[in-house]
Amino acid sequence: MPNPNPLTRTTPLVHLPLIVLSTLFSLPLLWLLLTAVQPREQVGKIPPEWLARQFYITVGGEKVAVTPPVTVGTDKLLVVPSAGPKRGQRLLVEPADYRDGQLNLRTQIADRIIEAGYPAELVQTVPGRFVMVKEWFLSKYTSHEARVFYLEPSQVRREISPVLGNYPEAVRALTASEKDKARPLGELLARSSLPWTHKGDRTKTITFVTYLGNTLLVAVLSVIGTLSSSSLVAYGLSRIPWRGRSTLFSVTLATMMVPFPVLMVPLYGVFRNLGWIGTLLPLWVPTFFGGAFNIFLLRQFFLTIPSELSDAARIDGCSEFAIFWRIVLPLSRPALSVVALFTFLSAWNEFLAPLIFLTEPETFTMALGLQQYQSQFGGSEWHLLMAASALLVLPIIVLFFFAQKTFIQGISTTGMGGR
Amino acid sequence: MSRANSLSRANRRNGLLFCLPWLIGLTVFLIYPLCAAFYYSLCDYSVLLPPVFIGFDNYLDLAKDPLFWKSLGNTAYFAAGSVSLGLLVSLSLALLLNSKVKALGVYRTIFFLPSLMPVVASSILWMWMYNGQSGLINTGLRALGISGPAWLADPIWAKPAIVIMAVWGAGNAMVVYLAGLQDVPASLYEAALIDGAGFFQRLIHVTIPMISPVIYFNVVLSLISGFQAFTQAFIMTGSTGAPERSTLFYVLNLYNVGFQDLRMGYASAMAWVLFVIILLLTWAATKLSQRFVTYDR
Repeated sequence: MPNPNPLTRTTPLVHLPLIVLSTLFSLPLLWLLLTAVQPREQVGKIPPEWLARQFYITVGGEKVAVTPPVTVGTDKLLVVPSAGPKRGQRLLVEPADYRDGQLNLRTQIADRIIEAGYPAELVQTVPGRFVMVKEWFLSKYTSHEARVFYLEPSQVRREISPVLGNYPEAVRALTASEKDKARPLGELLARSSLPWTHKGDRTKTITFVTYLGNTLLVAVLSVIGTLSSSSLVAYGLSRIPWRGRSTLFSVTLATMMVPFPVLMVPLYGVFRNLGWIGTLLPLWVPTFFGGAFNIFLLRQFFLTIPSELSDAARIDGCSEFAIFWRIVLPLSRPALSVVALFTFLSAWNEFLAPLIFLTEPETFTMALGLQQYQSQFGGSEWHLLMAASALLVLPIIVLFFFAQKTFIQGISTTGMGGR
Repeated sequence: MSRANSLSRANRRNGLLFCLPWLIGLTVFLIYPLCAAFYYSLCDYSVLLPPVFIGFDNYLDLAKDPLFWKSLGNTAYFAAGSVSLGLLVSLSLALLLNSKVKALGVYRTIFFLPSLMPVVASSILWMWMYNGQSGLINTGLRALGISGPAWLADPIWAKPAIVIMAVWGAGNAMVVYLAGLQDVPASLYEAALIDGAGFFQRLIHVTIPMISPVIYFNVVLSLISGFQAFTQAFIMTGSTGAPERSTLFYVLNLYNVGFQDLRMGYASAMAWVLFVIILLLTWAATKLSQRFVTYDR
């Protein structure tokens, strides 16, 4: 039965713009995740292909991934000379150059062309309609020689198959030194130590794991610092009556308008004098001294807790800190989790401060490591860039689905999120 | 009397103790740098050598610096574009979602998730999307029979490209507006309906005035953050703000001057000008809000 109330009735017309807009909004992320599992040669195709596809052939019952097929064009012969400069190699030659087990081979030495005949064995006649495919490897750092096959076009199949190996490949790509990139992945990850565990170890390898560890360290310490300091200050500004409290609160509100770029030059000087440039300290130590926005948010929440609770505790002989710790904090879990979540998110996403304060690759956060890789190799290796970006994005998506309520509540009540 | 005195003394001591971390933080990480920035702005300062006082020369040089004006113009363009388009899109989305739509949670997630993305990752993603030949955007336009521009490589289209990316991330404002809309009492709509108000009349005379404080708050915040835009331009177009410095944003310019050229005094002058601009914008928004924002409920 149709709802007669025009205020609560949904017109089906609403769905059309919503479906169009939600498609537009979700396409970029979808594109990121789909490109991240495409083989290199599929990336940049015109028109773009959404799903990852790979070419396969079957050789002696074994399924082999291969590069896109290339048509041979004219009839050729595949021969292996048993003597001469190309001894033992598989060569694709014109039929006219091979007669009765003898290959006519032209080799250029400096500006002279030497023509000579060598004994050679015919392996396969290759008609012009055949295609050439090479064995496909994920890693460009592999030492294994790619096999080459010439076969009927119909023998090459194309199947939908995500290249999950792009993720380990992206981890390899983010590795700081070229020498380390050639290591096997397992060894690479095992050797990638975190800077604070191996002080002074010059042989350590800096990979994605190092960046992840740095990012997590900064994020977790920032959460601890912000929660402890901002809640203390918010308590002092809301539940203890003292002269000067309202002045301090007004100053706190006013400082919310001072943007970081205004302060970054003198802050650089401060941290330089402390000897903190090039370490992670500038990113988390300040959080232990409170932040205006979080103090404001927690203060507003603390004000809603009835003062009778504190009064009763005070009569029972509780100290101010005990009231804070045993009564106010446990009641403020929703506000504290909003603060924790946003602090974690902004530490994870932060870019400008790490860019300025971190100078050594072993202290880079993920965002900075990704940008450094992008600035060196951007514009070509899009599949790896997307895989690396996905590694930065996926934890946030997972976090969102676990803490969806806190996110939405936090943003609805504070009017901002993670900015 | 003495009891009350000792209580107030204890409160004062406790209050100061609880606020101690912030008093230190405020001084060391905010007030000192802000004053230091002002002092440096009157100096020739390169971090490596002690600052040399030169009076207001940095500010006079700024007024004659074409890059300063260029970056200011670019930033104003970006802030105005991203704030107005962002407001339009996020408010429309909130209105659409507020019409008791089914699968609200799914839609909200789709619109909200992009705003959580790390800027580094979304910048790299949009560089790929804006790729002139094989990018998704131009492919989509080609399907509609439009041959798209080179976006980030085109001095005219690079700024709009960054604005569009910002609108994609405006989903958090939508969540705020949606929460505001859900707080509007239904009785107001019922009264408007009885008076024979149509959809647009209800929108203009009930909905917008009722959520105007939320709109005001959000517009001010996004203006302030719009003037601080840095990462997108730094990653997508490099620190020079290519092409033709069309994406040289204010903070990008400040970063170049301070941390690439090591002209920290000049950078501090730029920082103070930015601070004053943000103060003026907030003040102007507050003045405007007194005329247009409805606070009584």
